[in-house]
Amino acid sequence: MAEVKELVVKKGSAIGFGKEEKKLLTDPLNDNNPITVQVLGICSALAVTTGMKNAFVMAVAVIAVTALSNFTVSLLRNAIPKQVRMIVQLVIIAFLVTIVELTLKAVSYDSYKQLSVFIGLIITNCIVMGRLEAYAMGNTPYKSLLDGIGNGMGYGIILLIVAAIREFFGKGSLWNYKIIGNTSDFLINTTESTMMGWYANNNLMVLFPSAMFVIAVLIWAHRAWNNKLIDVS
Amino acid sequence: MHNTGYIIKFVLIMTTIVAVVLASLSSGLKSVHDKNEAIYNKKAILGAIAGSAGIDMAKVSDDDVLAIFKDNIEQVVVDYEGNILTPEKVTALGYMGGKAENVDMAKEIKKAEKDRVLPVYIYSGDTEKLYVLTVRGKGLWDEIWGNIAMKSDLNTIAGVAFDHKGETPGLGAEIKDNPGFYNQFAGKKIFKEDGTYVSVDVVKGGAKDLVHDVDGISGATITADGVADMMYKGLNLYRPYITTIKQ
Repeated sequence: MAEVKELVVKKGSAIGFGKEEKKLLTDPLNDNNPITVQVLGICSALAVTTGMKNAFVMAVAVIAVTALSNFTVSLLRNAIPKQVRMIVQLVIIAFLVTIVELTLKAVSYDSYKQLSVFIGLIITNCIVMGRLEAYAMGNTPYKSLLDGIGNGMGYGIILLIVAAIREFFGKGSLWNYKIIGNTSDFLINTTESTMMGWYANNNLMVLFPSAMFVIAVLIWAHRAWNNKLIDVS
Repeated sequence: MHNTGYIIKFVLIMTTIVAVVLASLSSGLKSVHDKNEAIYNKKAILGAIAGSAGIDMAKVSDDDVLAIFKDNIEQVVVDYEGNILTPEKVTALGYMGGKAENVDMAKEIKKAEKDRVLPVYIYSGDTEKLYVLTVRGKGLWDEIWGNIAMKSDLNTIAGVAFDHKGETPGLGAEIKDNPGFYNQFAGKKIFKEDGTYVSVDVVKGGAKDLVHDVDGISGATITADGVADMMYKGLNLYRPYITTIKQ
């Protein structure tokens, strides 16, 4: 019971940015990363990481959805009937995702075309609902907003790393800026006589299975680097 | 625990708010969406003539696209026999606006060949006239389509721009992404010297006839065959129109 009382006291504190708030933002980036630690949201991480630009747009969309859905659900957390809470959360997520989709279609039609169904599939992204259930239903709107932003960024940063690796080795470019390849458009032109065409893009990197390998290696590297994540059991 | 009456009230109010907001947002942004979609489709057509007309697709802005379409491109719709249809007739087929850009090829491809209508875009710039013909067919996974720009002799291809719904990235999707593939089409001829129609074939293992063949894509044979098939059947439909123009 003492714990519950302590929580009530903490809830009363004003909106500020202390140690706890900072942890909400930074924890998902490393110690509690949604992709490499919780292994959530893998499906979209496989699909939209062929280029950095798409991955960035997707990351921004997910940050917007996690942040706003966390905030909205937290505002309504005492009004939402417990018996139908999941379906209510789903309606809120779907609502926000549709807004993101309509906005993207108006602002950047090319990205909308390339991301196609994957924007709509943010609805089924486990990170969003996971955070609603695990955090927003029991915490204040401000903290939930920070938690949403943090988790969205944790997802986004992995997405960008995977996309950078896949785009560089698969297409020889980064952010559509051509670096290495076999035409004169590229910064390093491998067909020049001095280069003798020793390099060829790895087509596997453009295909979906490569995202599996890259993410798996990232999870391994992350665990090897961060001692807290080593499973002692 | 909330009682059932509260749950029903809560859900009703929430869904109403969500529905009203989404509906108004969707209809509010509709004009922007339509404009974006139109520009996207127009860019695909310009992509086919970009090389010959000297348009740099990387630098062309949305306004430039609209300006080129307004000043340099004439749109006509032709039927299976090569007759030019009036805008009223095209509108009667269900394509509001009655221009070539309003024709939905995805619908046309499902009709019998003699009932189809075909869009033609005629570009007149500083150099010669270019005719852009639209073709549509099947790739490996889903539909593929393309705009074929013909020189004024309606025999030599000036450029092509393909697109697809769901071809494999890195393999079949190369028909859209790899300049090494689609740039091959420029300069190829669709008629033999004696006038027989051959279209342009995509050949696995390398082109043999340099006038009518292009190289295929390794690992994407079915998509490449789909392109060849689409070109053959699609351009074949335009032959009556081509004959009329030549006369």
